[in-house]
Amino acid sequence: MGRGAPHPKMKAGRDVAHIILRDLDIPDIWKFDVYVENGGYEGLKKAVTLTPDEVIEVVKASGLRGRGGAGFPTGVKWSFIPKDAETTYVAVNADESEPGTFKDRQIMEGNPHQLIEGALICAYAIRARAVYIYCRGEFWDLTHALDARIEEARAAGFIGENILGSGWSCEVYTHLGAGAYICGEESALLNSLQGLLGQPRVRPPFPAQKGGGLYYEPTVVNNVETLTNVPWIMVNGADAYRQFGTEQSPGVKVFCVSGHVNRPGNYELPLGTTFRELIYEHAGGILDDKGLKGVLTAGASAPILPGSAEVLDTPLTYEDVQKVGSSLGSASVIVLDEDTDMVWAALKMVRFFKHESCGKCTPCREGTFWMERVLSRIHRGEATEGDIDLLDEVAAQIKGKCLCALGEFALNPAAATIAHFRDDYARRVSGVPESTAELETQAPIEAPVAAGD
Amino acid sequence: MLIEKYKDQIEKTLGKYPDRRSAVMPMLYLAQQEYGHITPEAMAEVAEICEMSVTQVRSLVGFYTMYYEKPKGKYLIQVCTDLPCALRGAEQFFEALKDYLGVEEGEVTPDGLFSIEQVMCLAACDKAPVMQINFSYCEGLDIDKAKAIIDDLRAGKSYTPAYRWRAAEHAHAGRKQGGKSKAEPEA
Repeated sequence: MGRGAPHPKMKAGRDVAHIILRDLDIPDIWKFDVYVENGGYEGLKKAVTLTPDEVIEVVKASGLRGRGGAGFPTGVKWSFIPKDAETTYVAVNADESEPGTFKDRQIMEGNPHQLIEGALICAYAIRARAVYIYCRGEFWDLTHALDARIEEARAAGFIGENILGSGWSCEVYTHLGAGAYICGEESALLNSLQGLLGQPRVRPPFPAQKGGGLYYEPTVVNNVETLTNVPWIMVNGADAYRQFGTEQSPGVKVFCVSGHVNRPGNYELPLGTTFRELIYEHAGGILDDKGLKGVLTAGASAPILPGSAEVLDTPLTYEDVQKVGSSLGSASVIVLDEDTDMVWAALKMVRFFKHESCGKCTPCREGTFWMERVLSRIHRGEATEGDIDLLDEVAAQIKGKCLCALGEFALNPAAATIAHFRDDYARRVSGVPESTAELETQAPIEAPVAAGD
Repeated sequence: MLIEKYKDQIEKTLGKYPDRRSAVMPMLYLAQQEYGHITPEAMAEVAEICEMSVTQVRSLVGFYTMYYEKPKGKYLIQVCTDLPCALRGAEQFFEALKDYLGVEEGEVTPDGLFSIEQVMCLAACDKAPVMQINFSYCEGLDIDKAKAIIDDLRAGKSYTPAYRWRAAEHAHAGRKQGGKSKAEPEA
């Protein structure tokens, strides 16, 4: 299985230990003592000997980009925090809820101190007085265990007053969400932390600016995986990090592979690894040796790609995945075999977005409702040819009209499946294939998000 | 009253944030553990603790899916049937488990022990089919394994998830147990 995967083959062609998923190399590295014995907290120790700006320069030079999906350069994001800000915060996005994404959970289970250390380095670099780790509510056990890890770091003097004699003081807290995908959107996350409805904010001001962050103070919001890279970069340097990956996408990435593969799991590999290598070598190929019909690169959020040779030979980088018409996003690769009915798959994804739309922006709230309605009709075999175009049109009308990315994501399942797999739709409008009729026999998925439905 | 029974814990939670309102989510979890679900009285208590209006608290209870305004079974079973799990048979798994329990989605079994519902992605797609029992993971299931867990719970055995991290160390002291569990421990 994935979590027992061999060490990734790095660019130099040799086997190198993991940078992020060190739990695969070192048993019990979640324990404080084991982490420290294996170089833990050395990155923080080094960081506090530098000035905050020097730390930011190292992260900038490494080319590290946000691993939550947007791919924004991390050091640049940190540098946006005004130097004269009296109160600043770090918010760690551990609201991992994208279908097909399960990397942050493994990091926090397997190598939690490296996340805490990375968050502290970020906090030092922006002179933050507190770090809030926002975990999705379903990470209940994980979050309580993370609290214990935080206490261990505090007891060792890495959290609290005058950390390592630097004169800088910082607290680290966890905060549990309660079941809302939208809270993984950074401004909704900040609202949720403030006890407000978890709905996105109008920007500007951006989180890094006065008025836009947590409690309206300048705030860095970073994904779990992003921050977990930082201690390694501090210890080994920006150049060492750049030996992996490509010029525009340096470093390593944890790829989550799920769906129709023999070995689903998390694979930490250099950016630039091809879909073919990821799916056929690391994840063991397609179940029952079937053909590949499509690949989702960023869970339900990015346009699906056909399982063509061109796609399979595409390197998994921010720039290359974009070139073939999708987005690397959080690199949650969902593999769909040749027998998958894409109308069914689109319906599953559209239902997800309908359920998770926060209800603030009309095009997303209404658009997901109507897409689900038209897609259900197509799926039931009760639609006409015109409904396919109608669906496409509803999707197109959401584009560019919402406050946050959820609206943009929500149109992809319908629009991209129509673009690449129109035959599946055409079959549906002329009758229901027997093998995939089961979805409609179920009770509809409950939608308790009051505003969203 | 929560404020009397959990005074220290509430003070500690409030101390995490510069604004009392930020404590509303942990307070709602505390109320849910104490009363089994979020009652109107609980919302009033939480509103007072966090210095919010009851209407504001109510809007949050409605917005988030993990706060319940109606009682659930002692064991709340949440099966992921989102796309990655569905590709691995999670929909059929859910139907079979629902039939085994003999309830419809959202209902409570007559003995008050179980509720079952479908949920969105649980971040465990590599271990499908997957469910949570009172917010603890059960992974890599098939219907026989799931039935065995149900049988154990029916027989009064406690459920210990095969959770890699440390379940033993951190015990599940804070988890929802049909409102009967201990309060959420604050590290």
